Amino acid sequence: MKPASFTYHAPQSVDEAVALLTKLAPDDGRILAGGQSLVPTMAFRVARPAHLIDINGIAALAAVSQGEVMSIGACVRHAAFEGPVANGVTGALLSKVVPNIAHYPIRTRGTFCGSVANADPASEWCCVMAALDGVVVARSERGTRRVPAAQFYQGIMTTALNEDELIVAAELPALPEGTRCGFAEFSRRKGDFAIAMALVTYRLVNGKISDARIGIGGAEPYARRISEAERLLQGQAPGADVFGAAAEAAAAAVDPLEDINYTAGYRRSLVRTMTQRALESAE
Amino acid sequence: MTGRRDITLTINGLKHNVAVEPRRTLADVIRDDCGQTGTHIGCEHGVCGACTVLLDNEPVRSCLMFAVQAQGRAIRTVEGLQQGDKLHPVQEAFMRHHALQCGFCTPGFLMLAVGVLEKRQDLSDDELVDLLSSNLCRCTGYENIIKAVRAAAEDMKVRS
Repeated sequence: MKPASFTYHAPQSVDEAVALLTKLAPDDGRILAGGQSLVPTMAFRVARPAHLIDINGIAALAAVSQGEVMSIGACVRHAAFEGPVANGVTGALLSKVVPNIAHYPIRTRGTFCGSVANADPASEWCCVMAALDGVVVARSERGTRRVPAAQFYQGIMTTALNEDELIVAAELPALPEGTRCGFAEFSRRKGDFAIAMALVTYRLVNGKISDARIGIGGAEPYARRISEAERLLQGQAPGADVFGAAAEAAAAAVDPLEDINYTAGYRRSLVRTMTQRALESAE
Repeated sequence: MTGRRDITLTINGLKHNVAVEPRRTLADVIRDDCGQTGTHIGCEHGVCGACTVLLDNEPVRSCLMFAVQAQGRAIRTVEGLQQGDKLHPVQEAFMRHHALQCGFCTPGFLMLAVGVLEKRQDLSDDELVDLLSSNLCRCTGYENIIKAVRAAAEDMKVRS
């Protein structure tokens, strides 16, 4: 239960970090941000990186900036979103989601971008990125690349990030005022990995649903929008029948993960219930 | 370097100059190198919360960060709660409400509660249970822990 030896690097700038990553990635060099997934993995010696490049000392990565998009720096902690760090509908949505992430002492260290990079199927932030069509901003010595969430996630803990690329920020759109947002997830214990989650947003135009988004996480190898369910909401007045039909469509559209505890059928059923709850609670 | 690095850890206001390998967790260095064994180590992978300490007044799992990362930060452990003869209000409340049996998890629960109650005391019952679900107690004394932290919150509200 003790991590294996590694060489520690503490760059003070993004350029320095990227240069180190370019040099050390082929020699099993890895980025250390919040460490709340990486360090336990190292304690089990499932991960034994030869080098850790600790980006926590890079002040430029610690901020959230807001304009037409919200840009979340690589070292912004989960807990930042419990306070008034972000304004508008997107900020309120992040504050609604954040209590579902692990426990408070984990949220004080773990980072938004770290979760995005780790790409756990049950990550709430990955579900947010997928549902809102967030963009991953990746820096390397070859330049800056902007990867939409729909292309970023490729499988369980598998992403389009190259080994020499550092995620410097994640970008989310500023949802228009009046957008309704709902989130629901199910896990067996408080703070545990979710078995299924749903994030929904929509606007009301003349009493009819517009710009509907339904993101499902936890159920499949990675979170994604479910267009089959979104289509059923479009142009409809919100109500139990419409929400029920969309929830049914989401359950039918997913190809759920199966494991020793949870069958595909059980996860499918949870997708239905979580979608329904997220829609009913959207405000 | 995989070799030792010289670092200074500030624990409860006292500086400890130690030479540690980067792979050593903050929890291990607090205990083994700095001799502050009040911080307990349970699961060593972030689940149990026994090793919770305050880092710049925020509760963190000290088994989930490396000691070299804590240089220059203010670390508070259970040894720093008592001021002279006077116990911290959360410690007093734990005694009054019998919130410990074997005591192994207690330092973690104390630091978790202190870290949050020093910032706000107006937690709802749901928020309190939610917060305390972060740490494990194998004596399952949760009811009394909840009562103690609730009482400490009231006490600290009056004093502040």
